[in-house]
Amino acid sequence: MSQHLKYVCPGCGYTYNEALGDDHEGYPPGYLFKDLPDDFVCPDCAVRYKEDFEPETNQQH
Amino acid sequence: MRNYSVIDANNQQVTYVDQKRWWWVLSLINPTLPLIGVLGFLATQQPFWLVAPLILMFVVAPLLDLLLGEDQNNPPESLVPQLEDDAYYRVLTYLTVPLHYIAFITVAVFVGTQTLPWWGFLALAVAIGFADGFAINTGHELGHKRTRLETWLAKIVLAVPAYGHFWIEHNRGHHRDVATPDDPASARMGESIYRFALREIPGAFHRAWEIERERLNRKDLPVLHLQNEVLQSYLISVVLQLSLLIAFGWIMVPFLLIHNFFSWWVLTSANYIEHYGLLRMQQDNGKYERCQPHHSWNANHIYSNLLLFHLQRHSDHHANPTRRYQSLRHFEDLPSLPSGYYGMYLLAYVPSLWFKYMDAKLLQLPHVKGDLNKINIDPEAREAIFEKYGDGFVPAS
Repeated sequence: MSQHLKYVCPGCGYTYNEALGDDHEGYPPGYLFKDLPDDFVCPDCAVRYKEDFEPETNQQH
Repeated sequence: MRNYSVIDANNQQVTYVDQKRWWWVLSLINPTLPLIGVLGFLATQQPFWLVAPLILMFVVAPLLDLLLGEDQNNPPESLVPQLEDDAYYRVLTYLTVPLHYIAFITVAVFVGTQTLPWWGFLALAVAIGFADGFAINTGHELGHKRTRLETWLAKIVLAVPAYGHFWIEHNRGHHRDVATPDDPASARMGESIYRFALREIPGAFHRAWEIERERLNRKDLPVLHLQNEVLQSYLISVVLQLSLLIAFGWIMVPFLLIHNFFSWWVLTSANYIEHYGLLRMQQDNGKYERCQPHHSWNANHIYSNLLLFHLQRHSDHHANPTRRYQSLRHFEDLPSLPSGYYGMYLLAYVPSLWFKYMDAKLLQLPHVKGDLNKINIDPEAREAIFEKYGDGFVPAS
């Protein structure tokens, strides 16, 4: 089974969950964080870039 | 008065009372101010009352800022979660939404049914325009929040000034590009508000539609689709303003044009003063440095801050865009304005005075110290500015 991770915006706490994707932003379930565009910014606060996101600790697989 | 209390990480009890708690009710003034003109006129038949709302906005508000002064009070960080969970503050932002509709429709019915002198009509149309420009401020506060209710209320309130694209443009465009030459909503040194408006209004519109088109493309949807969040708000505007046209006829044409223009002009005015000349430096990788507190101008004036949901504590807003208005903080040594926004708008409307005062303030900032390379300069004014100030010149305070 593939492993889906969660990535958290350190500014506002928005979480990108690879298992769920982000329907509003147009990323389907299973869409990997690494495949998000390089200019991806946090959909909630828009002041943290893709490279700022941190993998969530205590990930459940 | 509610007392917030928590045991913090150091095992110390921290308590806080928000002295401004009940004063936040003043935020309901902006939507309803033009009604003073309507009620005053109906009660006395004196057309002077039609000008009263503008006087309250642009004479009384700057004077109250001057008289009541500044407020540097901050909530303790450990109590911010409690303050943010307190529904009272949220209810005030919700309440302004119907108030904007009530005031706008009341004024429209009033000008559609009363015989008014042309200057009284004009003054009231401009006043409701300004008042509904502050609907963009409410839309701003609500549009940054993550609940479905609040984002919908943002779209609904932005429909009054017919500026539905604002929250997409602002959240995803302005916050990303703020204080860079790429941002149509950040003013450049040497750029008058009038030239800025010609760049800002179309630039913001275009950026919002581009962001929304990209998002919908990812969902394999066309840009003209009901899921387009700009379009959703525009549809409400069309229904609202078309109904008024049908109900009251041709008089609504100048009324709505003046109203919409001045609503947009309020946002242009705020955008103009919030980041004038401030510049994020470009890093070696081509990206701009992260937005720092010194990339926004701030005002701590208590009266205008209460009317504007702390919008003037702008540095903290850009650092923490989802933070609710009641928890926005003052910090020392930030670029600060000598008056609240109402007074600063008046200064901005006279470019020669604005440049004289603000260019000197800009050059004096500690992170600039006269270095013109650290300022966002209008390319058309660049030569003249370098000639006038030379590099490294710091005007006396």
